[in-house]
Amino acid sequence: MSDIQIVEAPPGIEGSGFFATRLDQAVGLARSYSLWPLPFATSCCGIEFMATMGSHYDLSRFGAERLSFSPRQADLLMVMGTIAKKMAPVLRQVYLQMAEPRWVMAVGACASSGGIFDTYSVLQGIDEIIPVDVYVPGCPPRPEAIIDGFMNIQKLVQTESGRRRNDPSYRDLLAKYGIQ
Amino acid sequence: MAKVSNEELLSQLTAKLGDVFTVEGEPFGLLTIETGRANVIRVLTVLKNELNFIHLTDITCIHYPEKEQQLQVVYHVHNLAGGIRLRVKVSLTVGDEHIPTAVDIWAGANWMERETFDLFGIRFDGHPDLRRILNVDDMTAFPMRKEYPLEDPNRVDKKDYFFGR
Repeated sequence: MSDIQIVEAPPGIEGSGFFATRLDQAVGLARSYSLWPLPFATSCCGIEFMATMGSHYDLSRFGAERLSFSPRQADLLMVMGTIAKKMAPVLRQVYLQMAEPRWVMAVGACASSGGIFDTYSVLQGIDEIIPVDVYVPGCPPRPEAIIDGFMNIQKLVQTESGRRRNDPSYRDLLAKYGIQ
Repeated sequence: MAKVSNEELLSQLTAKLGDVFTVEGEPFGLLTIETGRANVIRVLTVLKNELNFIHLTDITCIHYPEKEQQLQVVYHVHNLAGGIRLRVKVSLTVGDEHIPTAVDIWAGANWMERETFDLFGIRFDGHPDLRRILNVDDMTAFPMRKEYPLEDPNRVDKKDYFFGR
């Protein structure tokens, strides 16, 4: 017997033949279980991500079945691995090409802080060039940790107002990175 | 083809080049000679065309801050048929890091010289395309010189106050 669980509907008013709820919550629910991640894998954290996508851990259970290898269709940028300074403009370009709404997850020590590579040629954390929503610690993090980070992204998505891009604080954050 | 020994190579070099080089020694059996900037291309040309050192293994550089001539460009060449390697060193002073290019002898010297320029700032005169190869284009320093701080100044999570110091 399969044990299929269906997500609960957001709180709302239910009557015979109708169900009313807030639009942003319904949209958030739909978005959070159909995120399309873009894996930006440069080193060993990317190998852990392969295990995460494999059948044993199976990130698809969380609605991220479809990886997007084009930033145009992706919702979530997963940066996994050491980003050299020469790679930084490429990563920024990929982020800029993503359409709103977009989220960013820094997986592993290197993407979060530069990790052991405290050196002139490595970016000391991707938050020097793009805003990050969730940091996953570990060197490299186990697939469970990546899934935990992904679930935190889902929580962010669910609780977000309908259009984050119009939010002044979000605009200020992007302006800090020189992104309008 | 018979193996060439260090002694045979040295006598051949002396016969062909005379006194344009000095012998530095044979650390780990690797014959090492030193020459000057004016003669390096002649030495390398003789090595390739007459002594069969057809393979340029590497061009690199060492920084000795304590020496008067701080920078030392090192050529590793390999005679594949004779089964012998040789190291050629050229010392340069900071502020005058010019040396003629070896691209005309081995085409493979192109990227090696770009790398040595990128990391040590050696100007290879006559190089067709001398620009940075590994580091970001807008970098102004030469990071493998010893006065350059290797650790990134933007790093915050190793600051002393996080550890009660």
